[in-house]
Amino acid sequence: MKVDVDKCLHCGGCVGSCPKNAIFLNDFVLEFNEDCVRCGRCVKLCPVAALSME
Amino acid sequence: MREAVPRRGAVDGVSRMKTYQCDIVVVGAGPGGSMAAKFCAQGGLDTILIEKKAEIGAPLRCAEGVAKKWLSEVGITPDPTWIRGDMKGAIIKSTQGTAFQLDESKAGTEVGYVLERHLFDKALAKDAAAAGAKIMLRTSATGILRGPDGKIVGVKAKSMGEEIEIRAKAVVAADGYESQVGRWAGIDTNLSLSDIDSCIQYRMCNLDVAPDFCEFVIGSAAPGGYVWIFPKGNGVANVGIGVMGSLCKKGADAKYYLDKFIAEDPRFAKAQCLEIMGGFVSTCPGLDCAVDDNIILVGDAARVIDPITGGGICHACRTGMYAGKVLAECAKKGDFSKDALMPYEKMWRDRMEDKLFRNWMAKEKLATLSDEVIDDLIKMISQADIKEVNVYNLLKAVKEKYPQVVEGFEDLI
Repeated sequence: MKVDVDKCLHCGGCVGSCPKNAIFLNDFVLEFNEDCVRCGRCVKLCPVAALSME
Repeated sequence: MREAVPRRGAVDGVSRMKTYQCDIVVVGAGPGGSMAAKFCAQGGLDTILIEKKAEIGAPLRCAEGVAKKWLSEVGITPDPTWIRGDMKGAIIKSTQGTAFQLDESKAGTEVGYVLERHLFDKALAKDAAAAGAKIMLRTSATGILRGPDGKIVGVKAKSMGEEIEIRAKAVVAADGYESQVGRWAGIDTNLSLSDIDSCIQYRMCNLDVAPDFCEFVIGSAAPGGYVWIFPKGNGVANVGIGVMGSLCKKGADAKYYLDKFIAEDPRFAKAQCLEIMGGFVSTCPGLDCAVDDNIILVGDAARVIDPITGGGICHACRTGMYAGKVLAECAKKGDFSKDALMPYEKMWRDRMEDKLFRNWMAKEKLATLSDEVIDDLIKMISQADIKEVNVYNLLKAVKEKYPQVVEGFEDLI
């Protein structure tokens, strides 16, 4: 998954919406771990279109 | 200053990790966490409240509007330091511009104050500290600690960059929408896509809006949600939107809809942005079960949020208070099992479940209505003689004239 760091507002919405609990917001850095199944839910929900499939 | 006193203990036989011992560890110092910590500490429990951010109540992720009536229920005395504005009422508007103004005398249960959340949250944390809770900032939970028998015995955390363990008899997960603690503990907090609203909010200045009315715009301006304008005084307001992702046009996100709304409303002609923030709310009627052995979920983490308004502060405060009281009772018997914690489940359900469920059904329905029908509904409501306007009475009026709108949950009205 690709994070556009210039757009991300660090709101954590994708973290709580991830069905696999695979996204972590560490301070101001969004990280995906290996549990990510690329379902695209976070891409769909991001309020500022900061996420995309790599 | 009282500080939580760490103990050095051997972990994994090799490393020596800093370990804290307490009765209850509360993860997250929002309103729910602080209320839980306060009532735990008041009940005589040694309580540690951890917060991952460097400041309680900031950065903001909230529209800051709350009703007034519930504050006394949870023992909070309104304080001018955290009240930004005392609202006279609310304006409900359709996307096409049909408006219905509600005065406070009629809308007392649904409108009230616009808060300064960064001060409100700190005031609640201060109350928790006054009751004896210890607060650790810049401390984020990184996992659940389990004993040899698999029982939850605390949380792993990172505090000012250092890996630590906080050992406790029970954990309160008050970590908000992100809600990782509950999931680490094995509680299913997953939401269906239609029960998630993505939100974005601007703090704007140079606005020409009513200074003491909260405004809500429903319809196609905000698919599956609404636009809000909550005044903060001197031409400043929180202007935000929540939308249901599945109902948005392809390629459109929350920001697209908010920018469109602002561009089309002349009151924003000179408006400028002072702050921008994102956030999410769940719009379901709460978790199936918000407790398990040695853990309680409160507030947003338990998905206890009004599905229509997205309001969660009063729910967080209530659930936090219930959690603290139940944990204090459990401590007397030394039993923090799921069975022992079930009174918490009963308390929040008895108080809120019917309303959450009804508003969830109403939200589902509202999301399907066309702008024309919403226009008709607002006209009808403004002509109906409703003594006290709240979601329940509005639905009752709708039921009389438009029974098809409340089909499927008419029994709850």
